[in-house]
Amino acid sequence: MRLGSIVMIVLLLVLIGAGTVQTKSLHISANTPETALQSFFAQVKAKHWDDAFAMVQPGSGVEKESFIKDLGGNNESLKTISALQDVKTKILRESGNESDLRADLQWSTAVGALHESRDFKLVNDEGQWKIVWTPPAKNDGPPKPLPTTYLRWDVVQRGSSRDEWGVQNVEPPRMRIISMNAIEYQGGVTILGEVVNEDTVPGFVTINAILLDKDGNSIAEESSFDKISHTLLPKEISPFRVDFANRKLADVKSVRISPTNILVPAAADPVVGVFNQRIEKDPNGKSILRGELVTQGGQTVNIPHVLATFYDQSGKVIWVSDGYVDKALLPQQAVPFAVDLRDDLAGQVQNYRITVNYYNSNRS
Amino acid sequence: MKILGLFLAIILTFASAAFAQDLQVPQNAVAGEGASISTSGSGSATFYLTGPGTSLKRDFKRGETISLSADDLAYAGRYTAALDGGGAQSFFVTAAKPAKLNFMARPSRVPVAHPDVISGVVFVLDRNDNLITTPTTVNFQLGIAGSAPTTRPLQSKNGIAWIKAGSGNREGAAQFTASVGDISAKRVVQQVASDPCNLRMKAQADGKNIQLQTEPIKDCSGNAVPDGTIVTFSESAGGRGRSTVDARVKHGVARATLPSVPGATLTVASGVVLGNEIRWSGGQ
Repeated sequence: MRLGSIVMIVLLLVLIGAGTVQTKSLHISANTPETALQSFFAQVKAKHWDDAFAMVQPGSGVEKESFIKDLGGNNESLKTISALQDVKTKILRESGNESDLRADLQWSTAVGALHESRDFKLVNDEGQWKIVWTPPAKNDGPPKPLPTTYLRWDVVQRGSSRDEWGVQNVEPPRMRIISMNAIEYQGGVTILGEVVNEDTVPGFVTINAILLDKDGNSIAEESSFDKISHTLLPKEISPFRVDFANRKLADVKSVRISPTNILVPAAADPVVGVFNQRIEKDPNGKSILRGELVTQGGQTVNIPHVLATFYDQSGKVIWVSDGYVDKALLPQQAVPFAVDLRDDLAGQVQNYRITVNYYNSNRS
Repeated sequence: MKILGLFLAIILTFASAAFAQDLQVPQNAVAGEGASISTSGSGSATFYLTGPGTSLKRDFKRGETISLSADDLAYAGRYTAALDGGGAQSFFVTAAKPAKLNFMARPSRVPVAHPDVISGVVFVLDRNDNLITTPTTVNFQLGIAGSAPTTRPLQSKNGIAWIKAGSGNREGAAQFTASVGDISAKRVVQQVASDPCNLRMKAQADGKNIQLQTEPIKDCSGNAVPDGTIVTFSESAGGRGRSTVDARVKHGVARATLPSVPGATLTVASGVVLGNEIRWSGGQ
């Protein structure tokens, strides 16, 4: 019994000590605005939302729930399945008890790294640097549920056991590649183009490309992976991009492109509008194509994927770029997006087209 | 020595011919029909028959007639009848009258008013699935309910008849039929609307937005483009950005809502087909 009391007292002392050290480390890290922001994102990285929120300056409109949703995502968006990988902070302005900082965040996701750049204001509150949290802009009211009455295609396959010879299932949709361009980029070869579903039924398409040398031998084979909108509804056009690393265009005599297409069930909903599209420079001077996504139907889009096709003066596809949006699209609510544009091509771009692909958690 | 060899060869040839004459094989055997082989001589013997999918052995008495059943001669082709102790004769069994058509029609779905997009191939077979290689007239018929079908008779070559046909002007399930006499095989080729034709839209102010709606979208033959077809509405306002909506056709028309930007140019397209253009004045 006495031994138990001694153990309990020792354990208590250890815990108190650990708590002191933890508090001390937070205090130490909050000595400068930059270390305060680093410390804040260390808590975000560990998803210690209480500790992170404790570093936020209390104020009107600052609610813990919206704070967590802003940083951790909601509605099964890409943010909810992401992890903060790296944070780089930079002081933009420093004056007495106030500082403006920029944080370049890198999130790791299932679809690759996501980059985010956010500006923060920090204030010194009785020796502690606190983050002035700007709540995300609220949309006009809560999401409006709308009925979804769009067409849906289902595929009914014939039984194969007692089919008469020559009888077949429905054929895959007719897809046609309407443009193609091969370029050299960053020590590799990239095949760009567009494919259209010419049929009256939806299809799932993948573009496979084979590089052939002067003797007709295959040099390399790649597919479009996620640089394409795979499910195409009737008359829908998607860009595609196939990247071959460590290849030279001079070694390539020809390219064999083969679209693989199959008939798939699909729904005509959701309809996503892409508004206010414009090419501009980001704070780092990089060319960015920005805009806003708005679903015009009643369905939530969990993970939007934006594909941008850039054309030159002659209408030739000169680049295809894509980007995932880390926020879910709620009905009728605008969500901003940004897609990279190669700076060396910014001057050549005469036109562009944006298509929106999406991944839904309840998609069947 | 050479003379002796020649003499023996002549003897063997005559002997073989003599044995062969023991069998009288049928001259006009038809697959799936019975036939008989008459024999001569006396004493017991064993009869062998080999042919496509057939191999049989039967003991009999020379001088009797060997009956072959319909199953023994089910398949067309070259058969060989032989007796033990030497002697063999071959005969041909031809396919019976047409009883079945294997009909392959491709594709199962075609846009309307396209030449040579439908192909049909027919294999003419008898009731035992023997290919009938003698020229046979096959009637191909393609038609859609409510309109007169087009018929083309074609001769089969080596058992196969084929046709290339264009799709009609009306959408719907076209009946593609191949027939020989009273035997027929039917396939369905779905004729679907082709690309939109004369795509036109109108715009209407709706507060801060523009409501865009197409006229009923039809192909050049007047068939309604199916629901779910993508129609892209675009609004371009020069340096003030642009907006696009990939709308879906619903009940024959496509609708979209875009922000109202005075001076913007509104365009509409579906696939590679462009529609009309509207210069938006702000709804005034």
